[in-house]
This record gives sequence, structure tokens and C-alpha cells, in this order.
Amino acid sequence: MITVEILLSERPGLARQDLERWISNDWVRADGQPGEPLFHDIDVARVRLIQELRDDMEVNEAALPVVLLLLDQIYALRRQMRQLRDKRL
Amino acid sequence: METPYQILGVQSGASQDDIRRAYRKLAKKHHPDLNPGNAEAEARFKQVSAANDLLSDPDKRARFDHGEIDGAGQERPTRASYRDHADGEAGGRYSPGSQPFDTWNTDDFADIFGSAFGGAQHRRGDTRGRGFDERYTLSADFVDAINGATRRLTLPDGKILDAKIPPGTADGQVLRLRGQGGPGLNGGPPGDALVEIHVAPHRFFKRVGRDIRFELPVTLAEAVLGGSIEAPTPRGLVRVRIPSGSDTGAELRLRGRGVPGHDGAPAGDLYATLRVVVGAADPALEAFLQTWKPEHSVDPRKGMEHPL
Repeated sequence: MITVEILLSERPGLARQDLERWISNDWVRADGQPGEPLFHDIDVARVRLIQELRDDMEVNEAALPVVLLLLDQIYALRRQMRQLRDKRL
Repeated sequence: METPYQILGVQSGASQDDIRRAYRKLAKKHHPDLNPGNAEAEARFKQVSAANDLLSDPDKRARFDHGEIDGAGQERPTRASYRDHADGEAGGRYSPGSQPFDTWNTDDFADIFGSAFGGAQHRRGDTRGRGFDERYTLSADFVDAINGATRRLTLPDGKILDAKIPPGTADGQVLRLRGQGGPGLNGGPPGDALVEIHVAPHRFFKRVGRDIRFELPVTLAEAVLGGSIEAPTPRGLVRVRIPSGSDTGAELRLRGRGVPGHDGAPAGDLYATLRVVVGAADPALEAFLQTWKPEHSVDPRKGMEHPL
């Protein structure tokens, strides 16, 4: 897990207040103490995806929750499909 | 090979704005996190990103236009992307509508399937529905899959059932156990259990269609003099006659000893490829070979002088 400082240094073009807003919108989750968030690999990858959605794919923040909700549903279905397929005897 | 201009679909005189627009349009379509499991989109996105990296940097673009660098080798190293995490266990962190670390249970999923495939979710309570089919995998020994076998299975819910593996079952074949799947809705019939058979490879038998092949070791004396030996088959030992003067690589066919006939398909054959084993040093054999003058001398390496 990494701290917010390391995350920001790895993601040029990401402003601290953007990240804080994404966390308070629950688009990105963090663990750790209040005021000292810690990020898992999946959180870092998700920050990058949101950044790419915003900067490269022109998804503005009004539409972002819709895109994220649909993506989260796709990935939940994919995990569930895999779980059913892998049910072994 | 496509040039970066062709990959982005722009003219060579395109402005930086045109390039940015073209890249954004293609990124929306091919971004791998939006196309999980689609290798084609992933490959295309890599090309598109590489083309954009090159053309969106005026310095690199000028060097490309002057032929100083080519479009190849510009791909970014692959980074673990969101889909790699989201497809795995960690993905449960972002399950919709859940508290952190909650995952859906199978009943939720059955509801989704129920509504997606015309099932009874919204009519629950007044309509009978067939139960869901449940999928399992079962591994079987090579010989059991050839001859057929009965295997006792314990399902995750504790139910015990006997699965009959029919003779000649091939790897990947699916058995349908009628009525052994999920319970029906409101008194409807239960679904089926679908059991996919994984056939383990055998130590020396190999199945090729309906035939079985293996390598049969023989002694020097058996190869030269011929004789009757016992050879293994999936159904036990059988006596086989080795013709005199046989050599390594000679093939014997045992008709009907391959995959047994079933469902109208005839039985396959068993093919034994001989391999001569000389064995440990033997003074008498050495003494004989030192004085032996072959009647027809042969060069076993004929034709191998020029490997190309």
C-alpha cells in the first residue's frame, strides 16, 4: 500500500484536490487512518483509469459516476462468472 | 506496417488538435479497461497509444517525418491495468452497491440470470420455473475415460450422486446429469448438473482421435528374431507377435484395441511403435559384433550429411 504523496508523485497531472474529491465521492477507496489514506494496487490502477477517462476520453465528472457504475457491474459479473465456472468437485 | 498517421487515421499534415481528437476517439473505443477480455482491443490500444506518444510530441514527430526514427518500438511497457485487478479477488472492493469488501452471493446472480433469460424474478410466487443448470468439472484417469467408469461425487450442498463416465469419453466432454442441478421455482422441474470431464494424460498411452498410440520397448533379440510378447493395452495385457527383422520405429496395429466403439462409432485401433533397447553391456554380444560382417551393410545416417 502507498501513501497519498507517493500516489501523487507517480501520477503527474493529478491534483490533490481532485483525488480528495474522488475519494469523498466514493469513486476511489482508501484504507488507513483519517487524514492518512493508504492505497492498494487496485486503487492506484483505478485512479489511473479515472484520469484516463477524464483526460483522454473526455468523460467529464458529471458523467463519470455512470461510467464507473457500469464498469463496476461488468467486472462484478465477470468475477461471478469465473467463480461459477471454477466451481470444482 | 501501418505508419502512426495511418493508425490514428489522420493525414500527415494533421494539426496537433486533429491528432488529439483522433487519439481520444480511438481511446474511447479500444481502451482495454473498457474491453476486458478482448485481446484485439488491447493490441489496438497499444498501437494507438504508441502512435499518439510519437505524434503528440512535436520533436519526436519531426524526427519521424525526417525518417530519423521509425514508428516501431515506441510501445509503452505494459503496466498492470485496472482490469487485471478488477477481474481478480481484489475487484470485490468496488462491487456495485456494496460496502467495502462485500461480494455478491450466488442468489443475487441467479436473480440476474432469471430476469435476463426470461426467468421468474419479477413473477416470482405465481409461476413455475425450471431450476438452473449447474456446471462442474471432474478429472478422470486416462484408462477410466477409455473404458468407462462410475464416479461418486459429493456436490457442494452435500448431495451425493453417481456420475457414469461412458466408455470413450474425450477430454472436455460434458456429461448432463438430468435433474441434478438447481431446484425448480415454485414446484417447477430442477435444472441439470453439467459435468465437464478433464482426462488426465497417461504415462505412455496417447489418444489420437479414436486410436491410441504408444511406444513399445523390445529387446534386440525380440526385434531381430521376432516372437510373441505381452503388450499393455488400456484393457489389460494382450499377446502380440513381433515379426522377425523388426527395427526401431516399426509400427504394429492392434485392430479394435483403441477407443471402444460407442454410439455407432466403430472401435479405434491401438498402434505400438517399436523401440529397440540394447540394454547393459554384454561380453558375448561385444565379442560377436567385433567379428561380425553384416551381409548388407547399411549407413543409418544416410541423407543427414547436410542438415540444411
